[in-house]
Amino acid sequence: MDWLNILSNSASSIISPATMAYALAALGLAVHFGYAGLLNMGVAGFMALGAYGYAISILTFGFPWWLAMLVGLVASAGFAFVLGIPTLRLRGDYLAIVTIAAAEVVRLLFLTTAFDPVTGSADGLSGYHGSFRDANPLPDGNYGFGPWVYSSDQWWVRIVGVIALALAVVLVWRLMASPWGRVLKGIREDEDAVRALGKNVFSYKMQALVLGGVIAGAGGIVYALPSAVNSGVYVTSLTFFVYTALLLGGAATVFGPLIGSLIFWVLQTLLSNLLPAMVQAGILPFMSQIQAGTLRFILVGVALMLLVVFRPQGIFGNKKELTFVR
Amino acid sequence: MTITRSALARRVPRTIGVLLALFTAAFAVILMTVSPASAAPSADGDPYRVSGNVQLDGEPLEGVRLTIDGPGGLQEVVTDANGQWKVGVPEKNETYVVTLDEETLPAGIAVVDPEDDTPNVKEAEVGQGGRVTVNFFIGEGERHVTSFFDQFVQRSVTGISFGLMLALAAVGLTLVYGTTAIANFAHAEMVTFGPIVVGAVAAAATAAMPIEAALAVAIVIAIVLSAGLGLFLDVVIWRPLRRRRVGVVQLMIVSIGLSLTMRYLFQFFIGGGTTQLPFAAMEKIPLFGVVQMSWIDIASIVISIVVIVAFALWLSYSRVGKATRAISDNSPLAAASGIDVDAVVRVVWVLAGAMAGLAGILYAYYRPGLKWDMGTQVLLLMFAAVTLGGLGTAFGALIGSIIVGLLVELSTLWIPADLKFAGALFILIVILLFRPQGILGRRERIG
Repeated sequence: MDWLNILSNSASSIISPATMAYALAALGLAVHFGYAGLLNMGVAGFMALGAYGYAISILTFGFPWWLAMLVGLVASAGFAFVLGIPTLRLRGDYLAIVTIAAAEVVRLLFLTTAFDPVTGSADGLSGYHGSFRDANPLPDGNYGFGPWVYSSDQWWVRIVGVIALALAVVLVWRLMASPWGRVLKGIREDEDAVRALGKNVFSYKMQALVLGGVIAGAGGIVYALPSAVNSGVYVTSLTFFVYTALLLGGAATVFGPLIGSLIFWVLQTLLSNLLPAMVQAGILPFMSQIQAGTLRFILVGVALMLLVVFRPQGIFGNKKELTFVR
Repeated sequence: MTITRSALARRVPRTIGVLLALFTAAFAVILMTVSPASAAPSADGDPYRVSGNVQLDGEPLEGVRLTIDGPGGLQEVVTDANGQWKVGVPEKNETYVVTLDEETLPAGIAVVDPEDDTPNVKEAEVGQGGRVTVNFFIGEGERHVTSFFDQFVQRSVTGISFGLMLALAAVGLTLVYGTTAIANFAHAEMVTFGPIVVGAVAAAATAAMPIEAALAVAIVIAIVLSAGLGLFLDVVIWRPLRRRRVGVVQLMIVSIGLSLTMRYLFQFFIGGGTTQLPFAAMEKIPLFGVVQMSWIDIASIVISIVVIVAFALWLSYSRVGKATRAISDNSPLAAASGIDVDAVVRVVWVLAGAMAGLAGILYAYYRPGLKWDMGTQVLLLMFAAVTLGGLGTAFGALIGSIIVGLLVELSTLWIPADLKFAGALFILIVILLFRPQGILGRRERIG
């Protein structure tokens, strides 16, 4: 087994755009699920709107990259808004069903051949990098050390990703420490009590839904920055994986989603390199390399079950702060 | 940038009315005014290709619609400016039926072939190379069109058949929800489990007996094992969690984890491809009008109806059925009046498992094909059916399923076939706007 290669790949995923995208999506979900108690099952839809909003704005309308990002964020915000109106007055499971259905509708709209000239249907979209890479201040060449050697374009993606993540973390951290955040947590614990204090619960929930949606949309954009957008990515499983990352770190925390995504992706990369190598070396008998590749998704499912039953607060969470009261 | 966005978000609710109207209108417009405009490269990124060229006397015809049916489902494609079209298909060594919609040809032009009664329908086999070309003889002549009414009848029959199949699965889902408050995402995998067992047992048993008997044995074994799976999951996972008094949301996320685990376990054992069950490609016999069905289709409808009626009688009149409804209504009260909740819930899981397995087998013939994630493909439609009928009400799930089945099939009369699930889910969202408790649900449950 090529341990050096396996470990180097795993270490490389620490600052991969996918990790940052998951961290942003999980942070948005933390606002929804962890702080406001909103059971959003449509994270994939928010990410898809961010990513497609960005790519379509550049390819079809010729927007510059920063304006295209703005379009992606506005699209996610609009999606949150539309979903919130019918569901936020209803019980939690309705929001879950509507968001999961709406995310699937969004994916199918991007997949259908009817809008192929704009969405690229099943082939997805690519080749929208020109304007973004032109704005790259780094001179050409490869930088970095050890497993983290990237070209200047790859670094530019990571830098923008880190900046977006840092902005989102600071924003969520300050907001949750503010009176606004306390009201939100109050709604999570006891909606009626907060209503009795004269707060407009619907409005607060809506603001949380839009804020979290925008952050998840930013995750979608970062996911789309390095290479391409494809509707096959934004399936319901993506939502579940983001939930796993979030619950791993801790749902009602600011740094939990970050650490959770980090662990999720490092482990995923490690297993996707390690398991097939182990089959090749004859350590894991009775399975092919393809089966070994499937094994890590089985482990994700098992991990999610164990996590939510035995440590629902995650690694960093506080057991007193749980969305799971009801 | 993000900071100003959140400031904006705080002001946003004041303009709810205007924006609601705008967004719903935009959403509706997107769904309604779909006008296919170019050749589609592929669907789902499938590896194999069916393609062709539509020309009249060497001149390319643009905007001609073709439908391609076969493993992987119905696809629709429109020719581009060069008269060319292509679609991606998931399987090779399979036969696909390509139908050219003569309505989309210029006036006075049709597909002509004196030796063929339906020259606009062709079968194409995707061979080892994974590519096949299908061309039509086009010239002046009479068209072979299916009238709107005929299409409507045809799709309605398919829709009811699909709806009944959906109902078999959805009834179990809603009963589990009603009695244990679990929104069970792993129900999709209970649906997939049935046909997987049929595939495995039928393959093993064909060596020992004729294929018809092997299939019958396999289906019986599959339903028994599916029931066993329901029991197993209740005993191993759900009852211990009930004992721990794990919350509703936690239960839902556990079911998501279970769903992922089981789905990828299936992929681990049967791989990522589609396989066919015995008799999947049976000849269709004309019944009445334009409606054609194979014996498998007819058997599927009859089986669904018989099982659903038997289930409805059981739920309405038997002691355990009444106890089930009592628990759905008010679990603590039912327990207080001497009903053994754990025993009834166990029966519910067994029934839900068996019916989901049966539904899965029928679905494997409806698609057609058996695939590791086939249950997940209809999970949202099941949830839609259950919500539409009213969460936790068994008869609501039945009505909801048939509505969803009809919606899915009939919507293809107006919207592209690859958006038919999207259309049904969109209508679910719209209905929740106006009647959140569903058709048979009661107001107090939604609060």
